[in-house]
Amino acid sequence: MANNGVDASSSSSSVERVVVVGASLAGLRAAEELRAEGFTGSIVMIGDEPHEPYDRPPLSKTVLTGWLPAENTTLPRIRDVAAEWLLGVAATRLDRHHHEVHLADGRRVGFDRVLIATGTRARPWPDPVGAALDGVFTLRTREDASRLRARLAALPDRVLVIGAGFTGSEVASVCRELGITVTVAERSAAPLAGALGGAAGAAAARMQRRHGVDLRCNVTVMSLEGDSDGRLRRAALSDGDVLDVDVAVVALGAVRNVEWLAGAGLAADARGVVCDAACRAFDCDAVVLDDVFVAGDVARWPHSLYNGELLTVEHWGNAVEQARTAAHNMVCATTQRRAHKPLPSFWSNQFGNNIKSVGLPPYADEVVVTQGSVADHKFVAAYGRQRRIVAAVAVNMPLWLDFYASQIEARGPFPPDLNAPDGPEELVPVSAGFPRPGQATHSAGVALTGPGPSTPSAAVPATAPPQDPRVPPGPLPLH
Amino acid sequence: MRIVVDLNRCESYAQCVYAAPTVFRMHGEESLEYDYSPDDTVRGQVERAAVACPVQAIAIDRTEDDVTPAEARHGQQRR
Repeated sequence: MANNGVDASSSSSSVERVVVVGASLAGLRAAEELRAEGFTGSIVMIGDEPHEPYDRPPLSKTVLTGWLPAENTTLPRIRDVAAEWLLGVAATRLDRHHHEVHLADGRRVGFDRVLIATGTRARPWPDPVGAALDGVFTLRTREDASRLRARLAALPDRVLVIGAGFTGSEVASVCRELGITVTVAERSAAPLAGALGGAAGAAAARMQRRHGVDLRCNVTVMSLEGDSDGRLRRAALSDGDVLDVDVAVVALGAVRNVEWLAGAGLAADARGVVCDAACRAFDCDAVVLDDVFVAGDVARWPHSLYNGELLTVEHWGNAVEQARTAAHNMVCATTQRRAHKPLPSFWSNQFGNNIKSVGLPPYADEVVVTQGSVADHKFVAAYGRQRRIVAAVAVNMPLWLDFYASQIEARGPFPPDLNAPDGPEELVPVSAGFPRPGQATHSAGVALTGPGPSTPSAAVPATAPPQDPRVPPGPLPLH
Repeated sequence: MRIVVDLNRCESYAQCVYAAPTVFRMHGEESLEYDYSPDDTVRGQVERAAVACPVQAIAIDRTEDDVTPAEARHGQQRR
């Protein structure tokens, strides 16, 4: 076998070609890390989009406001990857038996190691007729953002945002910044409730309304209706209201790109591709594979900080870290493998506010403001579960999160013992108010998707917290 | 040139805004916005911004690595 510059005593001495399926953030960072590890074999990058890897966070922010052209979002290369790039062509099949990835144009690409980094796509509007109307948008790709930007630049009379997760809330923020009337329809009781809980969501609702958003909670959009020219004209809401709208942005979260893995014999379904903490995929008999790795939004893995429950995390930072760990483990000696157990973290900018989170808020049952003041839009809230701190969210106070991160990693007490001069005299936690597992929320960004191999049985709650009573649990009544 | 900022790491010290004001800006008091593809004429400013960042959140391209168009590879069978 070729000299690849990696420890010859390892199993990686047989690695000559690594194929990375998915040419976005995770794929690029994995390729860079392979080179940083000294891998000198060939790297093939496969991406269904025709672009070099670009960054998605600005697509719902500075690209929509018009400050940043969509094509100015290409990611820098931190080092040479000297890869062969197969862009604009989707992978259609993983043939583990022959060690090949099949492409949509009929080509087959052989591999010694493959990284599955196919990520997610925007969940489309469920009715294909409504989804195809001129004026109905989703937001995931550079093209999506360019099209929506062009429409917003024409200052439509009213924009409807369907779903008040982070993407929907950021789009609503941009609309208000541009002076556009915007209605937001959110199925749960508050915006951001899936990611931050109902208590923090209530604060987000006040923030949206203060900025002039027509926010409708506990409401869902039933249909999008067009005119004879196929242009969006109206939206019918579940509470019977009918809105005249020119533009609707469908922000209903993401769908994992796993369809191409059908028949590959992997433990993959709509929740993601199950892998171990070393990013190695499980096959459908729960055998861990040495040649198939997973990273980024599409991965589902047991996290030791959360009782080994299987996590999916749609965060920028997770894609970077998991890709690096996967790349390391692909080519390292078997005794040098690392576990992927980062503290989840994300950020959002909306309505002039900076929101940052560390840990896993949806894992919590209680929340308490520990510093600052919600009324002043400058505060930190700590999230706890069973008297341990599991997450913290800072609004316009990013400086403090490192401290909370260290508390979470140390499994510190909740409520935290801070004695912060800007904190309340007494910490009185309230229910965090996360939607019941299985209840539809638009974009949690992270999901606990069930026990993993090391999860103690007592860690999985036998009963779910009560559902918000205003959301009908069954089908909507006829009318 | 190309840059990316790790906004998980960013703590809004805004040193980059002073170093390269046409590339970085604050939106509100704590939200950093930036251009991923600044003109090469401000590379010096951006390099200084990256050095000045107290949390070292700014990454700059270190390569002119070529991306080979897929078309050029068409028909090539692997193994």
